[in-house]
Amino acid sequence: MNVKEPSATDEFIKGLWRENPVFVQVLGMCPVLAVTNSAVNGLAMGVATTFVLLMSNSLVSLLRDFIPKQVRIATYILIIATFVTIVDYAIEAISLDLHRALGAFISLIVANCLILGRAEAFASRHKPGAAVLDALGMGAGFTLALLCLGGVREILGAGSLFGLVLFPAGFEPWIVMILPGGGFFTLAGWLLLINHRRQRRERAEAAGGPLQEAGR
Amino acid sequence: MNTPAGPVWPMYRALVGIGMLSGLLIAVVYGGTRPIIEKNRAEALERAIFAVLPKASQRTTYALDEAGGFREDPQAGGERVHAAFDDTGRLVGVAIEAAGMGYADTISVLYGYSPEEQAIVGIRVLASKETPGLGDKIEKDPDFLANFEALDARLDETDSSLANRIETVKQGEKTEAWQIDGITGATISSIAIGDILAASSERWLPLLAGQLETLKPSAAPGGAADGTDGQDRRPEPTTETDDDER
Repeated sequence: MNVKEPSATDEFIKGLWRENPVFVQVLGMCPVLAVTNSAVNGLAMGVATTFVLLMSNSLVSLLRDFIPKQVRIATYILIIATFVTIVDYAIEAISLDLHRALGAFISLIVANCLILGRAEAFASRHKPGAAVLDALGMGAGFTLALLCLGGVREILGAGSLFGLVLFPAGFEPWIVMILPGGGFFTLAGWLLLINHRRQRRERAEAAGGPLQEAGR
Repeated sequence: MNTPAGPVWPMYRALVGIGMLSGLLIAVVYGGTRPIIEKNRAEALERAIFAVLPKASQRTTYALDEAGGFREDPQAGGERVHAAFDDTGRLVGVAIEAAGMGYADTISVLYGYSPEEQAIVGIRVLASKETPGLGDKIEKDPDFLANFEALDARLDETDSSLANRIETVKQGEKTEAWQIDGITGATISSIAIGDILAASSERWLPLLAGQLETLKPSAAPGGAADGTDGQDRRPEPTTETDDDER
């Protein structure tokens, strides 16, 4: 994390791409693998997480001088759990079907290490403005990643995207892609692609310098 | 920031203060969303009732009392059936909720029983966590659902039990009207549906048998049975109401 004050756009872009919570930090794998069996589920989970992240980051940042550090984790969890409960009610009110599809994973946003991680590592040390931008960036990055996974899994596993049928009737869906195993395959595929690109870029930047370790 | 062994008061203040604030927020949102959620649930059940009994245009909910009789109670929460009527107030069927163990977690269903045909005439899965692509065919597979267009549920001579217990057989081996043609690849889920229906019909149909004439469309006692003041109409297509919680 930069010690210098980075620009507002940079604060946002960081979470969306350079430090993408799923593809780079590999955080919050439970919802990433579990609910991305369709694009809609991935999108809903991403938006719900973004909302919780936004609210918890703003509050933690606003209250950062008020919360003694001995009880900070308990306080953060309390704040996060409150907004998760609110999101749970809101989703149930908006659509029962969506609530059924996301199931227990809404409540499990409480335990998403991404949110607690941002509260502890960022919001508690920065001004509310920066914390909001950080939450929006990280949330957008998380949503984007969930959409990438959900989209690929739905196309291959159900032959549709956002419920729209894409293939002619003869297409036999790869059921495995919407089962838990498909989550791992798809995530592995995306990580492979992104790490491959990053490695190539780093190699180009080093311009003939010593090869960097592949990392994760 | 305090020193590691800081005073107790700021900790107390932070935890209790934020806790109370959280409680208040949750209570407000709960109060705001509860009516919408209840309404959505009721509408989902309503749609399911009219889906399993397509001829119906109105319905009345009856609760089962301790003596085994049926008492009209729109708010009934526990053991209940939904009697459905057509426009003339004639009983077209009874929608019954049932649940049982599936392959993954409980499957709960709503099925429509037609006393006239002595058969189950429709089924809707209300909630299930069956494997996507395999077990969840019990909700979608048209061949499987065709089993429930007229599934024989005749009572024996004494009206105390079904003449033939409903059962699921292997795919393609259905020979009798009370058998359900199973789904290859969803064996456990389709057998579970058969077991749920068998257990539920075995319990409810004999109870209903003697009391069909007590099921009336109108809420008013002794009122005209033309259904003009029936309490629940076939719902109009509804638009989702959004709550502006943000």
